[in-house]
Amino acid sequence: MIRHMLLLLTAWLAPAGLAMALAIGQPIEFDNEAQKRQYDTLVRELRCTVCQSETIHESNAELAADMRRRVYDMTLAGHDADAIVEFMVQRYGDYVRYRPPLQANTWLLWASPFLLMFGGALVWWRLVVGRRGMAERPDFTEQERAVLERLHHDA
Amino acid sequence: MKLRLILPLVATFALLGLLFVGLGMNSRDLPSPLVGKPAPAFALEALEDAERLVTEQDFIGEVALVNVWATWCSTCRSEKPLLMELAQGGIPIHAFNYRDERDAAVRYLAVSGNPYRTIAYDPRGDAGIDWGVYATPETYVLDAEGVIRYKRIGPLSRQLLLDEVLPLVEKLRTEQLRAEQQRKNEARRVAQS
Repeated sequence: MIRHMLLLLTAWLAPAGLAMALAIGQPIEFDNEAQKRQYDTLVRELRCTVCQSETIHESNAELAADMRRRVYDMTLAGHDADAIVEFMVQRYGDYVRYRPPLQANTWLLWASPFLLMFGGALVWWRLVVGRRGMAERPDFTEQERAVLERLHHDA
Repeated sequence: MKLRLILPLVATFALLGLLFVGLGMNSRDLPSPLVGKPAPAFALEALEDAERLVTEQDFIGEVALVNVWATWCSTCRSEKPLLMELAQGGIPIHAFNYRDERDAAVRYLAVSGNPYRTIAYDPRGDAGIDWGVYATPETYVLDAEGVIRYKRIGPLSRQLLLDEVLPLVEKLRTEQLRAEQQRKNEARRVAQS
């Protein structure tokens, strides 16, 4: 039983390790911990422009490998994260950023969750008020009361 | 009450309209932020001669195209007859040989013809990143000052050339002539005074 579980565990872990190695695809050595952290963050924040829905960390495309290498080289050369992102944006446009900046053409993107929430709240409020209005309607008219009375008796 | 009935209808049509516009959009049409900027600097070996250095200065001087190609790129192959025509028509075309093997590239050009004036050999895609290359083929139009004025991601077509590239080249050449004329006049005025 235990052997089975161990086997299962290794079978599950091995491909994960392999995939990681492939995704990174190159020897990674840094001068210090800060550089490593910067690299690890950046490769997960830059989009592979040919694959479009992957970061350059995940992608196996050659362009992604080039971009990773450039991020690595620039990190070692002492550029900070902002400078590297700016470098990529200048060449590939805002599209390379997985975290779009808040600017004139993206405000709708950033505002949309709040707009939707506001819209939902509005609808909800109207429904509640509408219902309450119904409940607080003035009493039945004489005629309605008579009808109700009759129905009640019949039942 | 009336508003209550119309509102969902309006909302539905707004959504449909949005989806319809989205249908016509191509997510691969990415704007190039390099258009309007000077040609990025690079220094690479020439394809034909590893001893010779090619830089962005070799691309600059007249209105020219810069084509990014490779022998493994079949779209580049099908695009090449058009480039040959352009070259014969007197439009200078420079190139990056992108992530390719030198021998294969040289042989390919020897056999099928070479439309390029200058070819920079970029086996690791180094200049590729500086020039914001996504994928081959790509074609840039540089004006005489070396400013990128147009970029096409993907193959050129005859229609595209007629509609966009050639008129632009024509316009840029006129601009260049005018600038030169102005410089000459300027020089003459200085000489006379």
